[in-house]
Amino acid sequence: MTTTAKPARHLHARSLLAPSVAALLLWMIVPLVMTLWFSAEHYNLLSPGKTAFAGWGNYLDLLTHRALWVAMGNTLILVGLVLAITLIFGTLLSLLLDQDFPGHQVCRLLVIAPFFVMPTVSALIWKNMLMNPVFGLFAWITRSLGFGTIEFFSRMPLLSIVVIVGWEWTPFAVLILLPALQSLNPEQVEAARLDGAGPLALFRHIQLPHLLRPMAVVAMIETIFLLSLFAEIYVTTNGGPGLASTNLAYLIFRDALLGFDVGRASAGGVIAIVLANIVGLFLMRLVGRNLEDLR
Amino acid sequence: MLLTAALVAWLLYRPVGRPELTVATANNTDMILMQQLSPEFEKQTGVKLNWVVLGENILRQRLTIDISTGSNTFDVITIGSYEAPLWGERGWLVPLDDLGADYGYDDIFKVIRQGLSYQNRMYAAPFYGEGSFTYYRKDLFQRAGLEMPLQPSYEHVRQFARTLHDPEHGVYGICLRGEPGWGQNMAYLSTLVNTFGGRWLDLDWKPQLSSPEWAEAISFYVDLLRNYGPPGAITDGYNENRALFANGNCAMWVDATSAASYLLDPSQSRVATTTGFAKAPIAKVPNGASYVWSWAFAIPTSSKRATVAKQFIKWATSRQYIVTVSKRFGWLRVPSGSRESIYENPAYLKVAPFAPLVRAAIMNSDYTKPSALPVPYVGIQYVGIPEFQAMGTEVGQEISAALAGRATVAQALALAQAEAERDMEGRSRK
Repeated sequence: MTTTAKPARHLHARSLLAPSVAALLLWMIVPLVMTLWFSAEHYNLLSPGKTAFAGWGNYLDLLTHRALWVAMGNTLILVGLVLAITLIFGTLLSLLLDQDFPGHQVCRLLVIAPFFVMPTVSALIWKNMLMNPVFGLFAWITRSLGFGTIEFFSRMPLLSIVVIVGWEWTPFAVLILLPALQSLNPEQVEAARLDGAGPLALFRHIQLPHLLRPMAVVAMIETIFLLSLFAEIYVTTNGGPGLASTNLAYLIFRDALLGFDVGRASAGGVIAIVLANIVGLFLMRLVGRNLEDLR
Repeated sequence: MLLTAALVAWLLYRPVGRPELTVATANNTDMILMQQLSPEFEKQTGVKLNWVVLGENILRQRLTIDISTGSNTFDVITIGSYEAPLWGERGWLVPLDDLGADYGYDDIFKVIRQGLSYQNRMYAAPFYGEGSFTYYRKDLFQRAGLEMPLQPSYEHVRQFARTLHDPEHGVYGICLRGEPGWGQNMAYLSTLVNTFGGRWLDLDWKPQLSSPEWAEAISFYVDLLRNYGPPGAITDGYNENRALFANGNCAMWVDATSAASYLLDPSQSRVATTTGFAKAPIAKVPNGASYVWSWAFAIPTSSKRATVAKQFIKWATSRQYIVTVSKRFGWLRVPSGSRESIYENPAYLKVAPFAPLVRAAIMNSDYTKPSALPVPYVGIQYVGIPEFQAMGTEVGQEISAALAGRATVAQALALAQAEAERDMEGRSRK
């Protein structure tokens, strides 16, 4: 009885799962197939009736063009620098907020607040109220100190965006790392202290190893969002000057919504998917190995 | 009893299939006033209006996708003189030649009307129009003992900017558009290149960005703005410059005439009494030194309510509408630049000292002859072909790199030429 019932129950369970699996598959496959299809066509929305099969044409066009490589480099720099900033400052802030000091609860709340400001809004605030060379706070400070003004978005466009995005995402790192730190067994810390470990040794040998796993989570999640970073670039620099702050997402936007070239934009999209998978795989490997080492 | 009466009344007077119109428009000042006045139209006709109000750039993207894919979302759309003839040619818009004898077609500026037509059929009705000219600060000029000629040359502009540039006191010699984009820095720069004798494309549709005229014009611009402009000019578009000028940070500004009424409004501007106006500067040739543009309403052919939509367009672009606005908000806030009659209206001329110059700027521009050299396209601050949006945006980005000092003008223009050639390739493809 039992031997025959098992596969039947499996089948039954699978048939119940099938509709949602099918829906999810459609949800994913249809846009993907459409993108692949469009990427093999010469298709500009403004020149209807001129669609033609392009084969690899759009890809060749993109891959032989400077803009794609610049954008790819910018994407990786953006992701890498923002990850570094958020992990370093996130860890430091978490260590600080883990202490008991008067008002630490209010402080924790305030530190997390930037994460809940919409990206466009915070980018606008940074652009017009902080970094603006005429009206901005930074310009006022440097001018009153007699240093003149810094033109953030002309001199260091990519770095300015890294700063803005880093400011937005550091709270996210705190949000994950602080509870992790608090979950550290206090007896372990006490034992280490009794053995004569100073704060640095404590951090190096107890807290940091404990934080590695949540740090990996932060890195993974942030990478997913940062690869498709767009709003901050759109609001502040429009990808310029030149291509200095154009990342892949902005390049695709430029082709699709400023040039209305569906074919080229779709090819860019497919390249972005490939890049995301490579970065994802690389990161998984790295994270996986780190966790293995710990055991 | 009362309930029955109410029910009967509702049955008798309930709105039976009240027609609805979906209107897509920009969030510019004149459109916002129109939205505030629209209950009047709804009352007159019993039509219900649904509004979709977006920023200019987003609106343009949304409408282009909407109309090119043939989806039937809007009954009335707001487009400019770049789109109207292109979309009319493709059969995407309903012709608007039949708004009636009382509409006053002859009253519309000829150049504006032609700009919205394809093969002499008007595909969009102008709501307001604008040209470009020079704003300057009368008080600063007077203090420095300078006088702005009615028709300045760019050499004048350079000298004035040098004299008046005083960054210590927050006054910059000149403000110009630096934000990249075909409707931002390239709109202004196209007029500059035109007056330096250059053109976008030659008669074989080959991009001319590596020509000496472009090099001279862009070098002049980069030099002028880097030396005598506000810091961070590469992020300044129309709105940012308007804010700078209204705050008293600019001695001169060359841009759209539609900012004039804003700058003269003391509740929004610190320079309301000290702003002066002059024609757009000329470098070598007068051709295409100032531009002409209009925002207009059109009906997509996919709309099923074209007749009602025409009623709305007629209401919003009529002479009567201008009077309605003046009664409610005053003459300074009426939509201008589309109809000639308001330039003969003493009430308008009294509050708008810039009006004769605006009229001259619009009437003297010939968008079919933007350059002293022969060109195969129409359009002064744009090129009336679909490829221009991509080309203009990419060229604009390269030039902003030169303005930021990250590339020389020669390098930027060489890259821009390559980008433009790549964009024009699609045109030759069959």
